[in-house]
Amino acid sequence: MTARIGSLVASVLVVALLLAVPEALRPYYVGLVTKMLIFALFAMSLDLLLGYTGLASLGHAAYFGVASYTIALLLLRAKLSSEIAFPASLVAATVTGALFAPLALRGRGSYFLMITFALAQVVWSIAFGWRTFTNGDDGMPGIPRPDFGWSLDNAQSFYYFVLVVVAVATLLLVLIVKSPFGRALRGIRESESRMQALGYNVWLYQYVAFVLAAAFAGLAGALYAYFNRFVGPEYLHVIQSAEALIMVILGGAGTLLGPAIGAAVIVFLEDYVSSMTQHWVLVLGVIYVVVTLFAPRGLIGLIVSYRQRRFEP
Amino acid sequence: MIWVIDTLNGIAFGMLLFLLAAGLSLIYGLMKILNLTHGSFYLVGGYIGLTVMQRTGSFVLALIVAALAIGLIGAVIERFFLRRFHLDELPQTLLTFGFLFIFADLSLWIWGGDPIMITQPQIFAASVPMGDYAYPLYRLFLIVVGLVIAGALWWFQEHTRLGTMLRAGVDDAEIARALGINVSLLFTLVFAAGAALAAIGGVLAGPVLSLYPGADFDTLILAFVVVIVGGLGSLRGALAGALLVGLLDNFGKSFFPQFALFTVFVPMAIILVVRPTGLFGRR
Repeated sequence: MTARIGSLVASVLVVALLLAVPEALRPYYVGLVTKMLIFALFAMSLDLLLGYTGLASLGHAAYFGVASYTIALLLLRAKLSSEIAFPASLVAATVTGALFAPLALRGRGSYFLMITFALAQVVWSIAFGWRTFTNGDDGMPGIPRPDFGWSLDNAQSFYYFVLVVVAVATLLLVLIVKSPFGRALRGIRESESRMQALGYNVWLYQYVAFVLAAAFAGLAGALYAYFNRFVGPEYLHVIQSAEALIMVILGGAGTLLGPAIGAAVIVFLEDYVSSMTQHWVLVLGVIYVVVTLFAPRGLIGLIVSYRQRRFEP
Repeated sequence: MIWVIDTLNGIAFGMLLFLLAAGLSLIYGLMKILNLTHGSFYLVGGYIGLTVMQRTGSFVLALIVAALAIGLIGAVIERFFLRRFHLDELPQTLLTFGFLFIFADLSLWIWGGDPIMITQPQIFAASVPMGDYAYPLYRLFLIVVGLVIAGALWWFQEHTRLGTMLRAGVDDAEIARALGINVSLLFTLVFAAGAALAAIGGVLAGPVLSLYPGADFDTLILAFVVVIVGGLGSLRGALAGALLVGLLDNFGKSFFPQFALFTVFVPMAIILVVRPTGLFGRR
């Protein structure tokens, strides 16, 4: 009971803090927190696959980047408005997921990882190589932010827009995870064969989880295109997929809170390290090794085992 | 005639891919480790070879030093890091991923961001007349070296005591251990040998393809496609897959330069649908 009141107080506090961000921080840091929120959504979408379904994808940037590029191409090349481009970007990410999932699900474990990695790299190579269409590695700058009657051009108003979108998406993810569907996914994670024997169509569940994860990753990608007003092939690169993967694992796979915390930590570290040296990739590598060796169940896991040691001597 | 040249180029590239895929495949077959650092072994091996070549001018020495150095690094990674997570796929993959980034950044630091080539050994600087064209002798040398290494690996696997142990370990590591085979040592040896092969591939590729930051990812992806097509854990599969991918990639690059990867990935997708364990893979 006290635990429940405690977590209620904590959530109210977090919401209050998130609402107060634009008032309390300078615009640069408002931007940084906006980025944290976007990557929290991206990491949570990956966790639907990795933590809940037990499928480690190394190509999650594909769906993120496909949505970003759809926004850029429709707004800048086709001169359409965001009323069309924004939903179209989600459709594009979902369709990409729906096409890639059957191939990726031909394998498990390392095979799944290799296939998702390879497929994402195909998308990256198109964005990188097809210069006449995508501008190659120059990327596409000048993406206008959507205008729903009030302008999102300053950091504060865009922050609230992202906060609302990410909050709604998180609520949907919570509903998915807590639904019978979500429970079945966790069952599949623990034992595919047992769930099969219980009459579940395991493949279909995994397929739907894959496509949902792609759709939510696409939402994050669309927000990120507006946030930076720019898209480039690095959105699709394996480093982007790798960052999402370590966000999930650093925070704690199999929870939604964990990946969100992991995302905040990684985004903060990337900003901090990049302001001092150019060796963010090196630091990212070291984080991978250190987390795997010392916190395999993530920060959430560390907290849980600390509590258990305190209360159960 | 251009077809013959494209085919030869494809085979030469396939041989380089084989050097990577053989190690990747045997390491997975024996220890169930998907080694994402394999592309880094190739790139850093190539860079070490470059430095040795610049200092001493000896290509043979470059090959030896690169193979030994990367073999040693591989042994250390296996002994002190991967070993802690035996048969636990995700942490092992994450560790190799971490090392991939560490090596990528360190080599960018040491060798810079511009593409560099290794000067080819003097004896192979000539070219062979082929119809209206002149074909570089070095590429023919690559094909020969690749075939020799493939033959040596096959002979080693089929006809030596260590090779028999390796096959036993791939089939069932637990039983092999119970039969008194020193599986622990075997793991380190195979990991080091796989790493060294990748480094040799990097040095051999140096005079043909340039070494550049990102080559680690690019070659890793192609090596993945090779083992997906050929099947993990099989030497035969690695060779067949490498030749197929080498040829497809080469023809793809000359006919559809903007969509080069497609000519490789479409066949991969088809094979995945028809035979998910690859041409020579086992369930």
